Amino acid sequence: MSHKSSSGVRAKRLVRAPVFAALGDETRLSLVTKLSSGEPYSITQLTRGSKLTRQAITKHLRVLENVGIVHSVRTGRESRFQFDPQPVEGMKQYLEFVSRQWDHALSRLKSFVER
Amino acid sequence: MNDRIEKRIELAAPVSRVWRALTDYREFGQWFQVKLDGPFAPGQVSRGQVTYPGYEHVKWEAVVQKMEPERLFSFTWHPYPADPKIDYSKETPTLVEFRLEKTATGTLLVVTESGFDKIPSRRRLEAFRMNEGGWTQQMKNIESHVAQK
Repeated sequence: MSHKSSSGVRAKRLVRAPVFAALGDETRLSLVTKLSSGEPYSITQLTRGSKLTRQAITKHLRVLENVGIVHSVRTGRESRFQFDPQPVEGMKQYLEFVSRQWDHALSRLKSFVER
Repeated sequence: MNDRIEKRIELAAPVSRVWRALTDYREFGQWFQVKLDGPFAPGQVSRGQVTYPGYEHVKWEAVVQKMEPERLFSFTWHPYPADPKIDYSKETPTLVEFRLEKTATGTLLVVTESGFDKIPSRRRLEAFRMNEGGWTQQMKNIESHVAQK
């Protein structure tokens, strides 16, 4: 049982590793933060307010696209980039997160009423 | 898809004690780690400020649904609204229900939270940020992982 679950955790880490690596960069993380509103952004919009060139931003977006965090949609002559939360966090993991918060809260309740 | 969470916990305390810990806003605040503005009342909005370390910027807001003494306490809320820039009020809330049952040794508390199928996908990124000790920890993990190579 414990062996099975630890290899499951390991497999999960292996799947997540490229995603973490892609996010382990300040520029890319700020791009993801901007895109996480769900709205598609053009490269021009994403370059605005940044010290980086269009080319540099494009390069970072391609890295994010390769691990599936963002995808591009072509509209006319311009590509727009959109955030795709799927590889980052599935609903199951979201429920696990909320579930863990309840575990913490209820163990605090337990010590509170049993003292 | 399973869209609910259910927790069962045995408490070595009488039902009346557990009921008070759940429904007295000051007591609730102590273990839930939120500073509430006023008492809970069915149909009323409950507001306050989270006191959980690291999340003190988060506002608490819930709408009390049912208060059936020593049996059922429920409210709707937006689970863990961590980002102050996001207006969560437009999202469909989840329903939290606390059910109490007397046992030989005290109280069986069953907590359910349902309605997650309506949670927008954007929230998942947020959970990802907060998960497993938060993003800072993840950055450290990446750092040490990279350093090992």
